[in-house]
Amino acid sequence: MTDYIIRNGFVYDPVLGINGDIMDVAVRDGKIVDAGDVTKATEIDASGMTVMAAAVDIHAHVAGPKVNVGRNFRPEDKLFNCNVGSGVKRMEAGFSVPTTIRTGYLYARMGFGFSMEAAMPPLYARHTHEEIVDTPIIDQGALPVFGNNWFVLEYIKENEVENTAAYIAWLLAQTKGYGVKCVNPGGTESWGWGMNCETVDDVVPYFDVTPRQIVDGLIAANEMLGLPHCMHVHGNSLGEPGNYGVTLDTLKIAEGHKPNNEFGRESVLHHTHLQFHCYGGESYASKSFESKSKEVMDYVNSTDNITFDLGVVTLDETTTMTADGPFEFHLSHMNSLKWANTDVELETGSGIVPFIYNPKTFIAGAQWAVGLELGLLVKDPMKAYVTTDAPNAGPLMRYPRVYKWLMSAKAREDMLNNVLKYGDSIRARCYIGELDREISLYELAMMTRAGPAKTLGLGHMFGSLKAGLEGDVAVYPYNPESDTDDPEKIEYAFGNCATLIKGGELIIKEGEVVSNGRQKRTFWVNAKTNENPVVERDISEKFKRYYTVTQNNYTVEGHHYMPNPYVIEVDATK
Amino acid sequence: MAKITLTPTKTPTLRLEAENICPDSFAGKSNEEIANLHVFVGKESQALGDYFEIAGESGSTAAETTIVINGDVNRVKYIGMKMSAGEVIINGDADMYVGAWMSGGKINANGSVDAFSGLGMTGGELIIKGDAGNYLGAAYRGDWRGMQGGTIRVSGNAGSDVGTFMRGGTIIIGGNVDVHVGTHMEGGTIIVKGDAKSRVGGQMVKGDIYVFGDIEVMMPGFQYRKDVDSEVDGTTGSFALYEGDIGERHGKSKGETIYGKLYMKH
Amino acid sequence: MSRSWMRLRSLRRSAYRQVGNLAKIVTDVVCPFCGTLCDDLEVALDDSGEKILEVYNACAIGAAKFLHSQAEDRLTRPQMKQEDGSWKEVTYDEAVEYTAQMLIDAKKPLMYGWSSTSCSAQSVGSELGEVVGACMDNTATVCHGSSLIAVQDVGIPSATLGEIANRADRVVFWGCNPAHAHPRHMSRYSIFPRGFFTGKGSKSRKMVVVDPRRTDTAKMADIHLQLEQGHDYELLSAIRVAIRGEKLPKTVAGIPAETIYEVAETLKSGRFAVIFFGMGVTQSLGKNHNIDIAIAVTRDLNDYTKAAIIPMRGHYNVTGSGQVWGWQFGFPFCLDLSRGFARYNPGDSSSNDLLIRDEVDAAFVLGSDPGAHFPVGSVRKIAQMPSVCIDPHITPTSAVSKLHVPVAFVGVEVGGCAYRMDNVPIETRKVVEPPEGMLTDEEFLTMVLKRVKEMKGAA
Repeated sequence: MTDYIIRNGFVYDPVLGINGDIMDVAVRDGKIVDAGDVTKATEIDASGMTVMAAAVDIHAHVAGPKVNVGRNFRPEDKLFNCNVGSGVKRMEAGFSVPTTIRTGYLYARMGFGFSMEAAMPPLYARHTHEEIVDTPIIDQGALPVFGNNWFVLEYIKENEVENTAAYIAWLLAQTKGYGVKCVNPGGTESWGWGMNCETVDDVVPYFDVTPRQIVDGLIAANEMLGLPHCMHVHGNSLGEPGNYGVTLDTLKIAEGHKPNNEFGRESVLHHTHLQFHCYGGESYASKSFESKSKEVMDYVNSTDNITFDLGVVTLDETTTMTADGPFEFHLSHMNSLKWANTDVELETGSGIVPFIYNPKTFIAGAQWAVGLELGLLVKDPMKAYVTTDAPNAGPLMRYPRVYKWLMSAKAREDMLNNVLKYGDSIRARCYIGELDREISLYELAMMTRAGPAKTLGLGHMFGSLKAGLEGDVAVYPYNPESDTDDPEKIEYAFGNCATLIKGGELIIKEGEVVSNGRQKRTFWVNAKTNENPVVERDISEKFKRYYTVTQNNYTVEGHHYMPNPYVIEVDATK
Repeated sequence: MAKITLTPTKTPTLRLEAENICPDSFAGKSNEEIANLHVFVGKESQALGDYFEIAGESGSTAAETTIVINGDVNRVKYIGMKMSAGEVIINGDADMYVGAWMSGGKINANGSVDAFSGLGMTGGELIIKGDAGNYLGAAYRGDWRGMQGGTIRVSGNAGSDVGTFMRGGTIIIGGNVDVHVGTHMEGGTIIVKGDAKSRVGGQMVKGDIYVFGDIEVMMPGFQYRKDVDSEVDGTTGSFALYEGDIGERHGKSKGETIYGKLYMKH
Repeated sequence: MSRSWMRLRSLRRSAYRQVGNLAKIVTDVVCPFCGTLCDDLEVALDDSGEKILEVYNACAIGAAKFLHSQAEDRLTRPQMKQEDGSWKEVTYDEAVEYTAQMLIDAKKPLMYGWSSTSCSAQSVGSELGEVVGACMDNTATVCHGSSLIAVQDVGIPSATLGEIANRADRVVFWGCNPAHAHPRHMSRYSIFPRGFFTGKGSKSRKMVVVDPRRTDTAKMADIHLQLEQGHDYELLSAIRVAIRGEKLPKTVAGIPAETIYEVAETLKSGRFAVIFFGMGVTQSLGKNHNIDIAIAVTRDLNDYTKAAIIPMRGHYNVTGSGQVWGWQFGFPFCLDLSRGFARYNPGDSSSNDLLIRDEVDAAFVLGSDPGAHFPVGSVRKIAQMPSVCIDPHITPTSAVSKLHVPVAFVGVEVGGCAYRMDNVPIETRKVVEPPEGMLTDEEFLTMVLKRVKEMKGAA
């Protein structure tokens, strides 16, 4: 394996406390090493450029059944939006829902090394893994959804945390999943009957359990197992005006729970795409709607066991997709566009609807503001991670644009003054106009690298340039001393990295993708638990009576689903 | 206005993909440069000059350029695709996608055109002296924004799926149409001077459809409202006004539900 | 005591049981026939484990698929058609060479089929198609392609088949005849199962069949709407009008208005309604529009109750082929990769249009039999051009092809992923070894891809 030394870049690494020092970064045998430890390395000149560990995406919808529905049912998303393959590169297509090939290249161009697929329906795990296999370069994992699973609902109703934990461990092993995702707890099961759970105390029909109990039980089970990642929740009433109260209720469930893991993770609850959950008012009209980002952030800033990602609206035509089935139904009534839905037996559901965040409307602009406010109001950037809930609030390729808005008050002013039609109402109903904070490159490295890596329990592999970590390094053509004049330079640089080394392999050379990656891995978590005959019997019973596949045909295994697995072992037997 | 003439010299073995036959591509180019513009036969990239004799000259802008095609180009796809200005005159039959996604200018097809002509059109004029194939002025697959502006006028007959997901503009068919006219229509006007078979205005949200001849099978979701006198494309007459598709979603304006309107000439 | 859940993996590997000392029974076998993808088959093997003796739980068609693989006169090596029309055995290497050369020489090769093979083979095939600039199409083009178009226009509220088994109390079969085409569908998923919320099985369900013919499925229905042929669109439209309680003409499609109101009420009054539909609507007049408006009915019903709609997909992995192409290229069928990027437009890039319009100049067929399913005009075109057919069987397609490459049976002699009609992916099982020296289609495709890359590199 070739060794690399990246010379003279401005290096940012919050884990090591390096803030823009001009340094060399070295990679040997696929790992970061001290620059003095390499001798015959290939030299890469990064002078005048920004060097960071490769980025880590904690939440994006990039592989799996609903993503593929999004692709297949939107030919218009690819019309005149494709790249011809050339050299080692295969053809690419799609704007809001890129093909797996384009997804891999996009992540590489943006300097990412790891991405977590945010919602994997267990019964469709094979599909998710097949797409991950066909996504070049980037390491990936996937979070199975648990918040509407019949086993979980039944165990939690009876306060059986241990059984919940045993079931979670079993399911992670069957589906090769990474952690515990919970989407609209209880609401998606209710959607099986065309209903929903709108608050944390609504009761799930028949199962007689509430979202509050589900979230609480899943956190407890997650910590009982000591999984690398914490319980990852998409709360109830996403997108509804006035939902911030539900959000605070959800976040407060974390009180009293302590992290229990050997991975250095401090959070017990990660709330995803928090932007969609910080709304006040009673409607989307400018007279009523208001941002409640400050109210939610005041609470988050007062805690030490909650993290979140932003879910910034990028004002594009995009494709929404979520396991929150009732939400998508609701959305399809708002915009009358095509609506796909799949309810999954015993487990979950999903919906997909195209959506246009039109900058000429008040509400899209206000949503844009709320997402950025969260990033600007957080006290500790290690808690707040940049996402667009891709593609829900915006396409994956817009991450660099979000960085620009976070890092430049001038760029935000330009939006409010020149792009958004209702800039003044947005200033009046949101906090955006009062916030002049500009996220620094050092803070950006926390919000895109160190933070998400830590909360995923992957701080020992990703998110820093500390010796011994994975050899994932991105070099961006951005000079922090001379490129500060124009915020557009931020967006350009972070979408077009000059060099990407992934797992010690040169992927992007002088801005061009030169390899499809030999080392691409699929991460999953194998948690050992004590033998649990009750859960084993319940599983066997449910497969015999209610599943349409046999238990033996449920297990995902085989080289073609995971040619290069990376298993994180957890011992939860004590 | 500068005029440039293309005379077909060779029939392609498969079909020729020639989106470059468009005033926007020709403008400001010498005839030699135009002859070197690419055309595709399958995966092979060839030169426009391999298939056409090129005479005259193009203008400096698309608006100042008229392209005249003298001869049958019924194996040539994408003529005038995405054109924004200028003029294309086709003295012969043409293949699929004539004027697809065009936003301005004028195409005079003096023969017939195949399917998907005027697909996703947003402006300009597409005049067809002969017949048109299926999906005239329809939306591209999956797009809810079909034809949004401009005019399509066909002297002969048109195939199925005229104006699917139409949102604006006008389509006038001199002859008859096959099934599915204005399906999912949400604006604009379709005028059929001959007969229609069936499925006229199915799932229609808004917009106007006029049929001068007969409709073989009427959609069950259309209800007769009243007779109206009207002048339609130069013809004055009395029309029976139907509203529908009742089963479809509809918007409201000032408390009134707005339906699609289907006018049948008495 | 501690244990790893990983140990459960061993259960799968040993998913067979010994019956006396006569036969070995392989359990949890997945049926590689139709889109129902039953996964509870049991296959009895002889002592040696090489011969299939019996297939349990399968329908007659599924069982035949397994037993036919055992035919004594089965082709095991590629055959090249000679000038005089006779066939000559060639090696796999020669077959690879011919195929690679044909795909490279063609300006626009058609690579068709892909519905009776595994996703891994489809994935290799996709890359091959990309490298040679092919038009790629699957059997949806003559089957449920119209459904895929409809989904692109209006979406699809759907569910897995287990949701139907556990919840549905209103079941509509529109233009399909599962009693014959998907024989175990009604017992496994739709009518008879006693599910979590449907403990009374078929007694808890009302069954509606819409079909111009009095089929065996129709005979079982609570309501049979025997509509006039080719008027599905109008009838579905009328149901939408009736759901809204608006006025209808006296009859629509030959069905009296009162009956239509009754059906609308039946569907609205259920707790969970599902519409299954098949080729009777996907390939009759209006095609995609019939599905489009059936989806609209489903969408409307969700304003009153819960409703889903599911296509009765035919080939066991036609769905998977649309999925693989979806994630690699963005479109489920009718792909034109000739210009180095993916284009899609059925009516233009669909196999039959390409063949009839002389837009392709070579044919590569794998995992389907267009010779039997395409219009005769299209088949004649295939016969006139360089052509390769990859199929375990001798078929009407292999008969008109220049080269026939027999391969192992997926789901019998080699495993691999397949997607059920509700898109649920299931790993098919290898039950017996293929005849000695036979390649799988994935292996053959991999060799062709490698050869094509070599040839292009040399060029």
